[in-house]
Amino acid sequence: MHPFNDTHEQIRLTVRRFVEKHVLPYIREWEEAGEFPREIYQLAGDAGILGIGYDEKWGGIGAGDVLMKVAASEELMRSTSGGLVASLGSLDIALPPVAKWASPALKKTVVPAVLRGEKIAALAITEPSGGSDVASLKTRARKEGDHYVVNGSKTFITSGTRADYYTVAVRTGNEGHGGISLLMIERGTPGFTVGRKLQKMGWWCSDTAELFFQDCKVPASHLIGVENAGFIAIMSNFQMERLSLAIMAYMTAQLAYEEALRYVKEREAFGRKIAGFQVIRHKLVDMATRINIARQYTLTVAEKMQTKQNCVTEVSMAKNFVTETADFVTYEAVQIFGGMGYMRESVVERLFRDARILSIGGGTTEIMKEIIARQLGL
Amino acid sequence: MKVLVAVKRVIDYNVKARVKADQTGVDLSNVKMAMNPFCEIAVEEAVRLKERGVATEVVVVSIGPKAAQEQIRTALALGADKGVHVETDVEVEALAVAKLLKAVVEKEQPGLIILGKQSIDTDNNQTGQMLAALCGYGQATFASEVTVSGDKVEVTREVDGGLRTVALKLPAIVTTDLRLNEPRYASLPNIMKAKKKPLETVSPADLGVDVTPRLKTLKVVEPAKRSAGIKVASVEELVSKLKNEAKVI
Repeated sequence: MHPFNDTHEQIRLTVRRFVEKHVLPYIREWEEAGEFPREIYQLAGDAGILGIGYDEKWGGIGAGDVLMKVAASEELMRSTSGGLVASLGSLDIALPPVAKWASPALKKTVVPAVLRGEKIAALAITEPSGGSDVASLKTRARKEGDHYVVNGSKTFITSGTRADYYTVAVRTGNEGHGGISLLMIERGTPGFTVGRKLQKMGWWCSDTAELFFQDCKVPASHLIGVENAGFIAIMSNFQMERLSLAIMAYMTAQLAYEEALRYVKEREAFGRKIAGFQVIRHKLVDMATRINIARQYTLTVAEKMQTKQNCVTEVSMAKNFVTETADFVTYEAVQIFGGMGYMRESVVERLFRDARILSIGGGTTEIMKEIIARQLGL
Repeated sequence: MKVLVAVKRVIDYNVKARVKADQTGVDLSNVKMAMNPFCEIAVEEAVRLKERGVATEVVVVSIGPKAAQEQIRTALALGADKGVHVETDVEVEALAVAKLLKAVVEKEQPGLIILGKQSIDTDNNQTGQMLAALCGYGQATFASEVTVSGDKVEVTREVDGGLRTVALKLPAIVTTDLRLNEPRYASLPNIMKAKKKPLETVSPADLGVDVTPRLKTLKVVEPAKRSAGIKVASVEELVSKLKNEAKVI
């Protein structure tokens, strides 16, 4: 049982071919190098993969079709690299506010170029002093004539070292969530510097950076949406990001499971294939069971999002349940592989490391629980 | 010049085929289906001919159940202009396929017909050859290079001893081998555009062809499992086993 139609299946086929041709032969090398070629953005743009979910007038495809996005994301994850998917997909957290609320001129400059893969977009919310507590962010944008003057810093920014356009959360008003706005800041704007590339536990081929703003002058026309109404924009943007993270999580688990399934049929111990041992069989059954439930629930949430219903509770539940599943499954996969699972040449080693971020990024498990608690009337 | 390409819906090459419990055939329920890989190469070649300005129109035809329209849509997304679906739920044999294709050839009048050399499900490697005989056209099978010039097509064929180049007068039949080209994937905008391209549906009866099978499948079974080999301790033991047990020397 799945909710995908023929078009989704055709798109799935294209994305699968894209991954098989342009990514899989090189991904190990890119992971070790900590970077993948920028050309991949353009190839993905040419194939139309980056445009999913955006209006056709910007070069997009399937606007409002959440399930098209799901099908494509599942296939991109077959690259076995969450880092690649995160960086290639950074537009999906950076661009929606621009496409929805920016001025027509700004939309025209930014959106088509990013969907073509010529420019890279990144979202910048987290600061050195805090991530989960969005309402307390400190980067200040002071209005001076037809400019904002921005001071502050951001960190853990996906695609941060090579992005061209940054959707940046800044404080334009009073303390608290009512004083936050979103600004589009371009690479090269005087006063804006990109710091070092951060070294991470996982997502190695994804570039992650710190950003610094010192008296950085940003045209007032680069305000995205209404001044001081940024918090709602950020929160609504999070829903799709959390769905994407849930998809990444069950696919990470699925890949680890498939690797383990293959391995137990080859590996011998005590004179027989380890698939013959009940302890191993039951592990794989538990992995498969949890993955199935995780995926089915996530697909249900995606279908509900497709009908534009509010599913803050469900998407938060999905993220928590599925990321926990990914932690469990990747842990067991490494365990099944034994010493080999600890070696970098095993895909499960990467999947295990890559899974860890999924219950942190896009809202931690604990923040998800607070959101759910509020929705439950607690 | 119009190019006609035939494509077949087959079990996906990644799927491990399983025999039905009653041994009547391969189990296709809930199995992923796809375009036959050799047919993809045929579509790619036709689209390239169009891009080079050699072909003016690419028509793609598929024979099979309603679901075969998915493979026609895929071909349209890859760049074909028009689809013809010969709809039938009968498992059509190679000769019947060739007859149906001949009827389509008569209707469409293509200058070149490109087919896969065989389909990966039944591996018959017959349809192209039969179609050539029925139409009275020249044929070049197992093509690794196709060059059209004027009213001729030059085809490099992969034969046992190496490569053999033949020249055929158009219209002609070409069947593709693996190394002819590397098929592209359809871009997402082209997948959407393909929905609007014309797709005509006809039945075998419309084309005046009887597709009733002439062959009866008695039984389909899994290939015999290869039993594990043994290690011998010495050359002497090996020779002795070959002589006394295998009786090959």
